[in-house]
Amino acid sequence: MRLEIDYSRCTGLGICEAEAPDLFEIQEDGSLSLLVERPTADSRAAAQAAVAGCPTEAIRIVED
Amino acid sequence: MVRRLVVVGASLAGLRAVEAARRAGFDGEVVLVGDEAHLPYDRPPLSKAYLADETPSEPWFRTADHLRDELGVTLMLGTPASGLDAERQVLRVGDAEVRYDALVIATGATARRWPGTEELGGVHPLRTLDDARSVRAALDAGARTVVVGAGFIGSEVAAGARKRGLDVTIVEALDVPLSRSVGTEIGEACTQLHREQGTDLRCGVTVTGFEERDGAVTAVRLSDGSTVAADLVVVGIGVIPNTGWLAGSGVRLHERDGGIVCDESLWTGVPGVYAAGDVMHWPNPLFDGEVMRLEHWTTAAEQGACAARNAIEPGRDEALSTVPYFWSDWYDHRIQFVGIPRADEVRVVSAEQDDDRFLALYRRGDRLVGVLSVDRPTQIMKYRRLIVNRASWTEALEFAGVSTQQAVTR
Repeated sequence: MRLEIDYSRCTGLGICEAEAPDLFEIQEDGSLSLLVERPTADSRAAAQAAVAGCPTEAIRIVED
Repeated sequence: MVRRLVVVGASLAGLRAVEAARRAGFDGEVVLVGDEAHLPYDRPPLSKAYLADETPSEPWFRTADHLRDELGVTLMLGTPASGLDAERQVLRVGDAEVRYDALVIATGATARRWPGTEELGGVHPLRTLDDARSVRAALDAGARTVVVGAGFIGSEVAAGARKRGLDVTIVEALDVPLSRSVGTEIGEACTQLHREQGTDLRCGVTVTGFEERDGAVTAVRLSDGSTVAADLVVVGIGVIPNTGWLAGSGVRLHERDGGIVCDESLWTGVPGVYAAGDVMHWPNPLFDGEVMRLEHWTTAAEQGACAARNAIEPGRDEALSTVPYFWSDWYDHRIQFVGIPRADEVRVVSAEQDDDRFLALYRRGDRLVGVLSVDRPTQIMKYRRLIVNRASWTEALEFAGVSTQQAVTR
């Protein structure tokens, strides 16, 4: 599993960080940092919650 | 067994309800009823990017094809629900009767209008896509803009108009804007953001009337005796839950605002009938069961999904426990709030001279219950986690790097 961010859509609202703090973090300037590009299976539920919760639908899970 | 799920209300909560039902494996019939002719659309951009001085992108969530083919949803758009017969499990929509096994009510709320302005050109609420199109067209034409109500929607509209270089006046009845939603001190701080941008903010003043020519507004008269010229008046004075159609249905309505009263699992108390979104009150377990009605994007999404999962699987009774979150974009600033604002104390923990950025903590009893930030995007969700974990006030101050000794003696 790989995470993909569409930075043209992301506005840094931070719901992904709320759902999955180990995977996402909003920086001081409001931009989103992907902390782990290839999360392990343990993080799947959190990653899915981040995808579902994103108001701008900027996150995608790509299956390898 | 639930074979037919009907969702009434085709905005965010309604959309999330049908999506969650399918994700949970529900393979029965799904009907989505909406009063507007539009497909489900996203509201936050309507008072933000949609008003900017560039071609807006349309705020549709999904195409009609996606809803029909991918989600297997039967759409009934353009007619509001007009009644509920709970005995027969029938929803009335215009002349049609729609039978349900499970029903999710997500009919939202209607923006309050200024009495007597229904027919007056140039005076608009900002709630629907059609409202936004009207406001946008007026801004395109260079309207002198008056905003009635310095709440979050009104403030965003003012910011959008100022960004275009238009003259903007905000009229606010309270002495300090937002004092009811975020407290007096913080409301005052937010006010500064308007003044710095040249928005004429008039507090403690009410609208006494409108001047018009040929059916369109030309000026707003105020209680201090002044008159402000206006081509566009945007009224942001709150909403009324859309529950008039439920009269006599047996669904319990809140005595104060007529919103639907639900339990923790978003059940209305009527068999098979759940509710989600701005239309409803529910006791939020994370805040000791405090009953709240929220008008936030994230909560509406969560409630829609939770209500649908419970509706399609009787006995499931998943409680919705959540930290409310909202954001508002003013000029180039972002205001974010997590938690609830009704507090015993509000403490600004990071603010510097000549810097608009700050962060404020809200204490109730010994607990951190809310955090507001202006341009502190990297911090807000870390505080949200503290609220989820029911952090004490002392823990919150420690996290903020504030001396707890000082906190005790204050």
